Amino acid sequence: MMKLRFASPEMLVDINEIPDLDYHRVDDDGTIRVGAVCRHADLERSSLLDTRQPTMAAAAPLVADPIVRMRGTLVGSVCHADPQGDWASVMTALDASIIAQGPNGRRSIAVRDFVLGPFQNALAFDEIAVEAVVPTPRGMPAGGYLKLERRVGDYATVGVAVAIDRVGSQVGRAGIALTAVGPATIAADAAAQKLTGRPLTADNIGEAAELAAEAAQPKSDHRGSADFKRQMVRVFTSRILTGLLRSEEEAA
Amino acid sequence: MTAVDEIKIGGMGASRRRVEDNRFIRGKGNYVDDIVLPGMLHMEILRSPLAHARIRSIDASKAWAMPGVRLVLTGETMAARNLAWMPTLSYDTQAVLATDKVRFQGQEVACVIADDPYIAKDACEAIVVDYEPLPVIVNPTQSMADGAPLIRDDKENQPNNVIYDWEVGDKEGTDSAFAQADLVSKIDLHYPRSHPSPIECCGSIADFNRATSKLTVYLTTQAPHIIRAAVALVAELPEQMIRIISPDIGGGFGNKVPVYPGYVASILASILLERPVKWIEDRTGNLISTGFARDIYLHGELALRKDGRILGVRMNTTADHGAFFSDAQPSKFKIGLMHSAFSCYDIPNAHLLARGVYTNKAPGGVAYRCSFRVTEAMFFQERMVQAAADDLGMDQAEFRRINFVRDDDFPHRTPWGFLTDSGQYGKCLDVGLEAVGYQDFLMEKEEAAKRGRLLGIGISTMTEPLGAGNSREYDILGIKMFDSAELKIHMTGKALLRTGAKSQGQGHETTWAQIVAHELGIPAEDVLVEEGDTDTAPFGMGTYASRSTPVAGAAVAMVSRKIRSKARKIAAHLLEISEEDVEWELGRFYVRSQPDRGVTIQECAVAAYSNMPDGMEPGLENVAYYDPPNLTWPFACYIVKVEVDPATGVWDVLRMVAVDDCGVRINPMIVEGQIMGGLTEAYAMANMQFITFDAEGNCIGSNFTDYLLPTAWETPGFELHEVVTPCPHHPIGAKGIGECAAVGGPAAFVNAVMDAVKGSGVRNIDMPVLPDRVYEALQTGQDISGAPPVKM
Repeated sequence: MMKLRFASPEMLVDINEIPDLDYHRVDDDGTIRVGAVCRHADLERSSLLDTRQPTMAAAAPLVADPIVRMRGTLVGSVCHADPQGDWASVMTALDASIIAQGPNGRRSIAVRDFVLGPFQNALAFDEIAVEAVVPTPRGMPAGGYLKLERRVGDYATVGVAVAIDRVGSQVGRAGIALTAVGPATIAADAAAQKLTGRPLTADNIGEAAELAAEAAQPKSDHRGSADFKRQMVRVFTSRILTGLLRSEEEAA
Repeated sequence: MTAVDEIKIGGMGASRRRVEDNRFIRGKGNYVDDIVLPGMLHMEILRSPLAHARIRSIDASKAWAMPGVRLVLTGETMAARNLAWMPTLSYDTQAVLATDKVRFQGQEVACVIADDPYIAKDACEAIVVDYEPLPVIVNPTQSMADGAPLIRDDKENQPNNVIYDWEVGDKEGTDSAFAQADLVSKIDLHYPRSHPSPIECCGSIADFNRATSKLTVYLTTQAPHIIRAAVALVAELPEQMIRIISPDIGGGFGNKVPVYPGYVASILASILLERPVKWIEDRTGNLISTGFARDIYLHGELALRKDGRILGVRMNTTADHGAFFSDAQPSKFKIGLMHSAFSCYDIPNAHLLARGVYTNKAPGGVAYRCSFRVTEAMFFQERMVQAAADDLGMDQAEFRRINFVRDDDFPHRTPWGFLTDSGQYGKCLDVGLEAVGYQDFLMEKEEAAKRGRLLGIGISTMTEPLGAGNSREYDILGIKMFDSAELKIHMTGKALLRTGAKSQGQGHETTWAQIVAHELGIPAEDVLVEEGDTDTAPFGMGTYASRSTPVAGAAVAMVSRKIRSKARKIAAHLLEISEEDVEWELGRFYVRSQPDRGVTIQECAVAAYSNMPDGMEPGLENVAYYDPPNLTWPFACYIVKVEVDPATGVWDVLRMVAVDDCGVRINPMIVEGQIMGGLTEAYAMANMQFITFDAEGNCIGSNFTDYLLPTAWETPGFELHEVVTPCPHHPIGAKGIGECAAVGGPAAFVNAVMDAVKGSGVRNIDMPVLPDRVYEALQTGQDISGAPPVKM
């Protein structure tokens, strides 16, 4: 932002040296906590996420490029509030929150309320984001993240995050969020609703994919036409859910 | 005593490690921006935000008033010294700093010279320019329309925006070939605007010393001697008082051949301020104002006989040159070597019509990793060939084979009159088909189609003219396209070699020494290679168009032979025999009748300074200037297998096989590196790269977020093979190789995708073949043409 002369702050504060913010961990109840300076690469290489949070595990290796993943952080990405950012979608699909800390203590802000618009977040001027919190799953977590990019490290043309918690053969909870197809990260709630409280089937996957595509508000640009982007939302939603259905069938 | 082992001394065929990498991988390279001179000032350029506008006024008073600002240059300052305009390499003129109007977004309007680059940049923002916007032209259709606004109203005799209409070939013969055709295959193609994008942007440090009257310029240039001549002419300085130093260059790809306004402005600023002035371009400046490549449209037609023979070819091209015609090309042909298309095919009749137009876009038309429009020529050729094979319903490999020039048909006159001298085109194709498993893949493709999978295979075969040039047809500002080498053998048998070429990553310091080792038997590690300083290097035309090895490399061989010739006389003297009785083997002269009696080249070197024959000049030094008798004609066959995902339009490269015939390989490792680099760029052109403009002339592609460079992550693996047909006229049988893969590669990728989607009725998707374009084509069954539109 500074290089493009969009921002000219009078002062920059480096939070890298604040101790004990580089963690990510899973609490006993299954809550996942990611500290403000935990790098993308830490999540990419984490042994915790594969089973405990598959949507995050799927997204971590797709964030930016390897160089950025060594430096950048999940919390920083959510704060940046770029509609093309991957983590905001993943966190939205997971109903995650950001913990803000300021002179008056800590407060929790749901990610879907935290991102106000392009490059705007809900932090007060005297607060910093210290942690992202992914709530305890209501069942066995499953999910995925798919992204179309023109080249590794390019901004997403389209990204789709799907997270479901399975309770027996039913979907206990579902979240779907969309990257780069609107002025901010989009929560495709109607699509997620379609899946909740019933088993995954080819039919409701198709309906959810259709509703996700309807929720998208893409614009035509040099990354593709609006129609094409909407189609990618449809395809990606369907592919993630179909993959989950298939692995469910294989397990059975 | 026996001859030395050529591979052990790093001679021809040795994959010797690159000497220059010793400093590069240690971070000890010395680029223009690394150079700091005492008292050096910094220059920044203010660029036009508008693509076409009249300049009402420029108010630089606030910039002048800022602390640390030493000088502000505007078009007015330049005009007062007759430097507001400069000549281009294509006999047009280009604005240095705009005086009357701006003609493209990013055009240079003013320069600030200050104590540091930050002050200079801030001061540029303080300059107030009052623009009167004018209608903008961003493509040839608009440019040629009736009543289109005149872009070059500065020129006399320029009634419209057409720069030239040019034709070559036999129109009547071609018309009659088309009249006899069983089938005429037609296609319209666009090669999108791309940019060479060297990792190091352009820059200069001008250092004028009033006391000595000497001007030293450190410059990111591929051709330092030409720049010296140009500076002498433009700045009217005596040529002996100009020294151009081209230090380590971080990639050129044709981008660093032209003279840019920043160079000229920094030179004038140094003369005015009598202090060194450094200008280092930023990435956006490089992308939006320096030499772009391609941006050309084709209507192509092939006259075909039912049996697959091509009877004639028509090409009609329209090139978008931007606001100034500054193609960096030395041929006598308006559209470079476009008419080298179809040189590997035996076609009796050909006609080319070429038009060039002005638009409100950055000027350039540089030969990006190619010889002056050869990339476009070969891309158009191979897309036309594949479309024709499909139109005939003929196998694309077979169609190529029956139209190839046969191995026993050399020298061969190409459709437009070039003379090719050698080639084994059929063999090259066979090696490729065998390596890729062509027949098996055709069956696999059919099987996959039954399950809804889209597989495709694309071929690109071509021979291209490399190594400008011969002096009959190629010159720059009248200077013939020869090149040079100077070799000094020291008394200890070690050597210093200097050439008129200039490496930008090609590895000259490594390979030139190998040629000396091959010719003289002096170990390559004993040969120091220097280039790029006009005060020390012999006059040469620089490095581009794959001309280093064909021209300067030949000069290295020839100067080595001159040295050997003198050394032979010394050897005769040392062996006390007549010169006729002296025999040569690598590194050593010996007595014909007594092979064990001999002297080494090193012993001759000592004698050249200590024990020369009576009447012989001391020393063992010489210089050679080489004017090649012809271009060199490397040949290549590239084959790509892809799978297209019909739901997303994404295509993945399954395999990529490259067969290159660049003649004798001096350093196989470096050759392979060149091929892989070229294929990577070819993939990027086919897959992701374009610079486009919206209706207002805003450049979309002004940074590496919008204009994409491929990384190792998405670049597919390449399988390399070779065929060796030595160049018959080159002293060591070598041909150019720097560009082949970037020239011939793009068509192989595009042909593969088109092969995969042809069942849907789609015949062409213009580059870049982006997923959304493939998806749309598959949905509609329609071709996708032109640069990707900007729908904001």
